[in-house]
Amino acid sequence: MPDAIEARDLTKVFGHTTAVDRVSFSVRQGEIFGFLGPNGAGKTTTTRMLTGVIPPDGGTATVLGYDMRTDPVQAKQRFGVVPETANAYTDLTAWQNLMLMGELYGLGRAHAAERASELLGVLGLLERKDQKVQAYSKGMKQRLILAMALLHEPELLFLDEPTSGLDVQSTHLILDLLRTLNQAGTTIFLTTHNMEEANRLCDRVGIIRAGQLVALDAPERLKAAIDRFHRIEVSFDREVSAGGLAALEVVHTIAREGDKWLMTVEDTDAAIQALAALAREHGAAIVALNTLAPSLDEAFLRLTGEGTS
Amino acid sequence: MNPAGLLEQVRRAWAIAKKDIRIYYLKGPVLIFGVFMPVFLFLAFLMGSRQLPLAFLVSGLIGMTLFFTATAVSPAIFPWEGSAKTLERLASCPVTVETIVFGDMIASVLFGIGITAVTIAIGLALGLPLLHGVTLAAAVLLAAVCFSAIGMLLAVPPTNVPSNIMMLSSLIKFPLVFISGIFVPLEQLPTWGLALAVCSPLTYFADLVRYAFTGVSYFPVGIDLGALAVFTLAFTAVTMVLHRRTMSRRM
Repeated sequence: MPDAIEARDLTKVFGHTTAVDRVSFSVRQGEIFGFLGPNGAGKTTTTRMLTGVIPPDGGTATVLGYDMRTDPVQAKQRFGVVPETANAYTDLTAWQNLMLMGELYGLGRAHAAERASELLGVLGLLERKDQKVQAYSKGMKQRLILAMALLHEPELLFLDEPTSGLDVQSTHLILDLLRTLNQAGTTIFLTTHNMEEANRLCDRVGIIRAGQLVALDAPERLKAAIDRFHRIEVSFDREVSAGGLAALEVVHTIAREGDKWLMTVEDTDAAIQALAALAREHGAAIVALNTLAPSLDEAFLRLTGEGTS
Repeated sequence: MNPAGLLEQVRRAWAIAKKDIRIYYLKGPVLIFGVFMPVFLFLAFLMGSRQLPLAFLVSGLIGMTLFFTATAVSPAIFPWEGSAKTLERLASCPVTVETIVFGDMIASVLFGIGITAVTIAIGLALGLPLLHGVTLAAAVLLAAVCFSAIGMLLAVPPTNVPSNIMMLSSLIKFPLVFISGIFVPLEQLPTWGLALAVCSPLTYFADLVRYAFTGVSYFPVGIDLGALAVFTLAFTAVTMVLHRRTMSRRM
């Protein structure tokens, strides 16, 4: 199955600044791909190049099999975009905005109306469909933008910070809808600042720093990869000697903290199995066992050079 | 359905035109400005030149009306939409830059023709005989497209500050009116004035309107229509090419 997105050496220069510097990655069909990075790292510029809003100065972007330089209209017909700023026409009603999208995507009037009603219902806007968008809250505007992006049932959805600054209700509604869409086969390309969101939602994430891609992997693997040693916290229902624990080959360092043992290990799986064997040997039961992998926040900060290790 | 096909893109341009009309043109102040601006210019000139025949003055008024209305709003649409980020919304839809420009032009053409129809009705109500209705209709349609292309050409500088474009627009539009035989008949212009007048598409439109109402024109009708057609094609082509180059710099 061909990739939904293939970026090869994508480059964008503004004046003397290289905003995106030879970025290459691919997004598989059916996955949720998170594109993370600090402000000004080049996330939005990359998204704009992928969606054909601005042309790259170098490299190629192939979306759903179409080269964005030569066949942008064909590609745009099959994907939807939720940009960073909610950009519905505020002088039009939600319904008029959706009908405009229907016409711009070549949908028949009846089909567009049916889809619009369905989406406004799902997103909780049906009752206010005839109200001008200027009276909408930020969350309502963002939900409308999502409806506008989904009207033509795209195979691929680009979202640039879709939940930024939204209330909890709107955030949950949008994230639930994204999960449902993905389960139905829609590929999702998501840029976000919210590490928790990326961690829970994304199959893989790419991290961009100063215009360059610095990491690309599944969130768990990314978290695991930033440290050679992983921390494990364990407690037993009876005393297990420090010597016994320290004697385990897999354990690198060990320290006591209350009724728990904190240890660093190189191979988490081997360490857990060794701890279970040790507990059996001492006739003890494991009361708690936690693997303390770094959070995606920590991985992000480490990889973008914005935090201390 | 081929979304990139010509017919499909024309349909989508029509959707953009309807959106423009709804958002930008069907506003009280815009409609009032569209009618008042040329009427007041006309009245000011009427008071200062009472010896000119009514047919000449009304023809000039029709010329000004179409020129000002067809170029009134279109230069500011891109800056407005650029600052509101709605232009980015259009750019991410399956439409070409040419389709967006063409959609804006259609709205401008319809607005220009609509307001000009009112001015023509005033001329007829004042008792002017319409001698060549088909010529007038052809001239209005051609000139409306030409002036809309000029309006879109004025929007080429990639700024998202509407006042910058409106200032540039006024700097170009007003001098163009004064060199186009609107206020002074072409036959009374000095040689240098005539040399300037032939460079303005408004000259040929005003000449055609006069022909439609009086049966007399300075240039042969074929020359007027031909020149207007050449200006229309040239301005439209240049507008499309330049917007394709500058569109991404608005985002």
